[in-house]
Amino acid sequence: MQQQTPLVQVRNLVFARGERVIFDGIDLDIARGSVTAIMGPSGTGKTTLLKLIGGQLFPQTGSIVVDGENVDKLGIKDLYKLRQRMGMMFQSGALLTDLSVFENVAFPIREHTDLPETLVRDLVLMKLQAVGLRGAAGMMPNELSGGMARRVAMARAIALDPMMVMYDEPFTGQDPISMGIVVKLIHELNTALGLTSIVVSHDVQETAAIADYIYLLSGGKVVDQGTPDSLWESASEWSQQFLNGEPDGPVAFHYPAPEFRDDLVGGGQHT
Amino acid sequence: MILDPLQQLGRAGISFFERLGRGNMFLLQTIAGVPALLWRPGLVIKQMYSVGVLTLLIILVSGLFVGMVLGLQGYNTLSDFGAEESLGVAVALALVRELGPVVTALLFAGRAGSALTAEIGLMKATEQLSGMEMMAVDPMRRVVAPRFLAGFLSMPLLAAIFSAVGVYGGFFVGVGLLGVDEGAYWSQMQASVDLHDDIYNGVIKSIVFGFVAAWIAVFEGYDTVPTSEGVSRATTRTVVHTALAVLGLDFVLTALMFGD
Ligand SMILES: Nc1ncnc2c1ncn2[C@@H]1O[C@H](COP(=O)(O)OP(=O)(O)OP(=O)(O)O)[C@@H](O)[C@H]1O
Ligand SMILES: [Mg+2]
Repeated sequence: MQQQTPLVQVRNLVFARGERVIFDGIDLDIARGSVTAIMGPSGTGKTTLLKLIGGQLFPQTGSIVVDGENVDKLGIKDLYKLRQRMGMMFQSGALLTDLSVFENVAFPIREHTDLPETLVRDLVLMKLQAVGLRGAAGMMPNELSGGMARRVAMARAIALDPMMVMYDEPFTGQDPISMGIVVKLIHELNTALGLTSIVVSHDVQETAAIADYIYLLSGGKVVDQGTPDSLWESASEWSQQFLNGEPDGPVAFHYPAPEFRDDLVGGGQHT
Repeated sequence: MILDPLQQLGRAGISFFERLGRGNMFLLQTIAGVPALLWRPGLVIKQMYSVGVLTLLIILVSGLFVGMVLGLQGYNTLSDFGAEESLGVAVALALVRELGPVVTALLFAGRAGSALTAEIGLMKATEQLSGMEMMAVDPMRRVVAPRFLAGFLSMPLLAAIFSAVGVYGGFFVGVGLLGVDEGAYWSQMQASVDLHDDIYNGVIKSIVFGFVAAWIAVFEGYDTVPTSEGVSRATTRTVVHTALAVLGLDFVLTALMFGD
């Protein structure tokens, strides 16, 4: 029974920041054991969606259920319990700057378990080896490149072998080789450990290669969804433009603004 | 139009009280996180090092100079009345009752409080606090509570060191340079400085100041607008608010303790 229900169910989610509505009633399912990709233009709220699923932000209306628990209604204790089973890789990495790479990956393990030091060490080195950064264990976060920092964050997100991992833009800033490693790693973790993965990304090819299902978000709505193949075939003009990266079409490149001409001539208000 | 300033005043008032309320809630949460630290003293010790030990040098140097100035000024005034023998008492009372707790708190705000605010504020701005939350680690317990406790515990110790060094500063100038009798300096001090009235009250002051200074520092950090500008503003606010709070509280406490 549990096996059949999706791990994450988002229903009629409405979320606004001040006046600005970010999500205007979206429905979303993340199937257990799948890799689900969330794609959409910059600023549509992909990161916001992950934070909503992680219970860091709360929806105005609608519900978010993760593994049978209503995230937005949980008390702080239960929420923290649930989060121990979720890993999240932040877009910025969010590494603790006063700890070394090794200690960063060890952090969740030390906080939540009483494992002996030798075991912690083995676990951490294993995770770092997986992202190809075992050699960087002794470095401090400020000595890492952006792409390296993100891979360390990835190792940290999977440190406790969670049931679900959310990756916010894991491919950004990776060279072709490490990109390949990261893509493979997400896929392998998913199949080998039976994780459920949510991948937020702009890299259409890489994402399509590993995703079982893709949601395209724009303007606070789910504009299209389906398996990669079906999206490629999709009749939706929107999907075609986004997936093929064409400049013209229904997707607006610009953040909502008054007419450029009016702005230049009329000295539009910027506050 | 005429209502505009009134409206602004009202808005400022509301946001002031809102902040005050948040600050109090925050304090309760912080204190709730303190008992758990008994099982992890390492967290507090590490913070006591960066809050306390690194503030030690400025406390030592300032204490010495303040004591020396007290020795000089005290000697000039007392010698007019032929009472330079009482120099030890004057120096010790000024330090233990007032200057020790107050100047230490002001130096603490500038050296340690601002650093605490900036550190926590930057952790917020770079999503480190958010990242901890997602790892199911409560930043209130892991980051804020140890820093608060370390600041709170360090202050009385630092104030005591400040006063002790200051007494030697006064000794150095009064006895060493100006020729006050050494025996008189110490014995009069011993006879007139009261353990209960003077020392205890001074310690109580520094405990209160430590509490307030540590609270303001961690709250400003946690409440920072997560930008570079926000962090710099919060840091400034920590120093200014701590200074005001300490000086204001000092008057109140002095009136309560010595005001009869
Ligand atoms: N702290 C905040 N306060 C106000 N608005 C915010 C805040 N954070 C994000 N937003 C707004 O929410 C919207 C969605 O932001 P979000 O970071 O989720 O976008 P995103 O889809 O992840 O974009 P990107 O692909 O560039 O990372 C943006 O339009 C942004 O302006
Ligand atoms: Mg984002």
